[in-house]
Amino acid sequence: MILVNNDTKLVVQGITGSEGSFHTAQMLEYGTQVVAGVTPGKGGQSTENGVPIFNTVQEAKDKVLANTSVIFVPPPFAADAIMEAVDAELDLVICITEGIPTADMVKVHAYMAGKKTRMVGPNCPGVISPGAGKIGIMPGFIHQEGKVGVISRSGTLTYEAVHQLSSRNIGQSTCIGIGGDPIIGSNFIDLLKLFKEDEGTDAVVMIGEIGGTAEEEAAEWAQKNFTKPIVAFIAGTTAPPGRRMGHAGAIISGGKGTASDKIAALKAAGIAVSESPAGIGELMEEILNK
Amino acid sequence: MNIHEYQAKEIFRKYNVPVPNGGVAYSAEEALNVAKSLDSNIFVVKAQIHAGGRGKAGGVKIAKNHDEVTLFANEILGKTLVTHQTGPGGKVVGRLLVEEGIDIARELYMGIVLDRQTGQFVFMVSVEGGMEIEKVASETPEKIIKEWIEPGMGLQAFQARKLAYALGLEGVQVREAVKFMFALWNAFSASDASLVEINPLVVTGNGHVMALDAKMNFDDNALYRQSEILEFRDLSEEEASEVEASSYNLNYIKLDGNVGCMVNGAGLAMGTMDIIKLYGGEPANFLDVGGVANPDTVSNGFRIIMSDSNVKAVLINIFGGIVRCDRVAMGIILALEKVKVDVPIVVRLAGTNAEEGARLLANSDIDFIVATSLAEAAEKVTAAIKE
Repeated sequence: MILVNNDTKLVVQGITGSEGSFHTAQMLEYGTQVVAGVTPGKGGQSTENGVPIFNTVQEAKDKVLANTSVIFVPPPFAADAIMEAVDAELDLVICITEGIPTADMVKVHAYMAGKKTRMVGPNCPGVISPGAGKIGIMPGFIHQEGKVGVISRSGTLTYEAVHQLSSRNIGQSTCIGIGGDPIIGSNFIDLLKLFKEDEGTDAVVMIGEIGGTAEEEAAEWAQKNFTKPIVAFIAGTTAPPGRRMGHAGAIISGGKGTASDKIAALKAAGIAVSESPAGIGELMEEILNK
Repeated sequence: MNIHEYQAKEIFRKYNVPVPNGGVAYSAEEALNVAKSLDSNIFVVKAQIHAGGRGKAGGVKIAKNHDEVTLFANEILGKTLVTHQTGPGGKVVGRLLVEEGIDIARELYMGIVLDRQTGQFVFMVSVEGGMEIEKVASETPEKIIKEWIEPGMGLQAFQARKLAYALGLEGVQVREAVKFMFALWNAFSASDASLVEINPLVVTGNGHVMALDAKMNFDDNALYRQSEILEFRDLSEEEASEVEASSYNLNYIKLDGNVGCMVNGAGLAMGTMDIIKLYGGEPANFLDVGGVANPDTVSNGFRIIMSDSNVKAVLINIFGGIVRCDRVAMGIILALEKVKVDVPIVVRLAGTNAEEGARLLANSDIDFIVATSLAEAAEKVTAAIKE
């Protein structure tokens, strides 16, 4: 497994908001070690489920040894929340918030350069290592412990793929939603690098979508550097150009970012591509049985 | 969000980016008044729609006198322009921009966009002004010169000079272009724009740099802090059903097919459209009902899908994570008491409490076609169309 394991000690930024408090309960129920929450002005209190609240991320790190953060802070304040976690030198910050202005993320991206912290998201379902911990909003019960890694730009489409894997008894090492925004903390290549070194991962599912060129770059990198099998699916073959398909980053613009370009690049790199979103689990099963 | 050229030029003026004198007109009479107010004997009458390619479609005319302004205004107003960006239906012209004619010595290109790879905004210029920039980018990429903007620092003078020299500008024009680029960067960053394009950027006969055209798009995520920009929104340029959907916080895009779909999550919604096509159908829309598929969102979703008369069947695909499928099923049943849907409805529920959800649907008075897997759902909905 990568990113999230039994040593993960989580701080929830925005723990007293409705999303934050609901998902804190869900994560605790899954067995995630939620050691702290942060809501400025509510330091010293604790949540209904007994999680201590601090005013700053630094305090959560100093006092209860938080090493990972998840962010449920509303969009206008989310960029600031990410930078606070980076400043506290946590290992990992996972930003769930959807709708952060691009200009704010440009600043965050620059701020993070050369810093220790890794970011996943924003606008993502989070990261889960089945059995070890769930950080985010994904339904824990569809997952199963195992050796297939999942990297995806989508939320519910990832659940669909995981469901297809689990129903074939193919468990997962770690599943990461990297987010649907144009600027994200970790891309396909960053995570493939971690899966490459992870002995607990034998194969990877990669779910991309229209917009940008991240899938093409990942295909090129994987061809040269990644020997474990990859099964890919690209959403948006039928999406019209110039329209934002829900996710801020899912848009075909200037003739770039089409599904057919991405599928062609993946196939050229020797990656197995499922034509149908319903065929991801089946294709992985075939490859693992070879 | 997109805006009209004349609105982008209003923003340009506010930030001292030079543009031709002119004004908007909603009628031929107003167009004539704008022309009379201009100190010029040649005028340009430009159709204002949210699409490029207006010139080729007959939406831009040069008028040599006031009578011609009236003539062209009458001709263009109310006309349906079909360009490569409007789709086959075209767009009806409701507004005109009337401007003074400009004596053009050179046509150049300038733009600012987000570079997703570096996570920075990038300034782009090219001497190939007036051409389709996508074409220049794919055929002669070396003709597009770029400077990346350091976040927090903004555009630097040396970068603007490099771009100005790359455009072949000389002497006093360089200083003018540098000033122009600083003004443009200010307009871009202060308004949370996601794209600005000036095509063509011109050098006038007497050597001045000016934005002859102006296109600006804005980051939807930042509109909450851009109330002035939000006032530029022209709802008549948007699909009525999409405007209605956005008022319910639903993410809807109308397409040309006949299978309506309602899905939770953007990626799964796209995947559902794709699988409909793969099984021989054509999706009628993209609709992401978001995380909470409650009776209200579902009934609003039905109302919007059914407002499209092409829809011959509906596919509901919900992956219940946090949202429970039995609740979604109840929502669907309650919604159908409010909204009449007289085409086959295929429902596929997966995830939390999926079996209870399917049972509720099967026991209801409504004739649902229930599917358990995504492939089965696609098969059943495309079969329903063919019946």
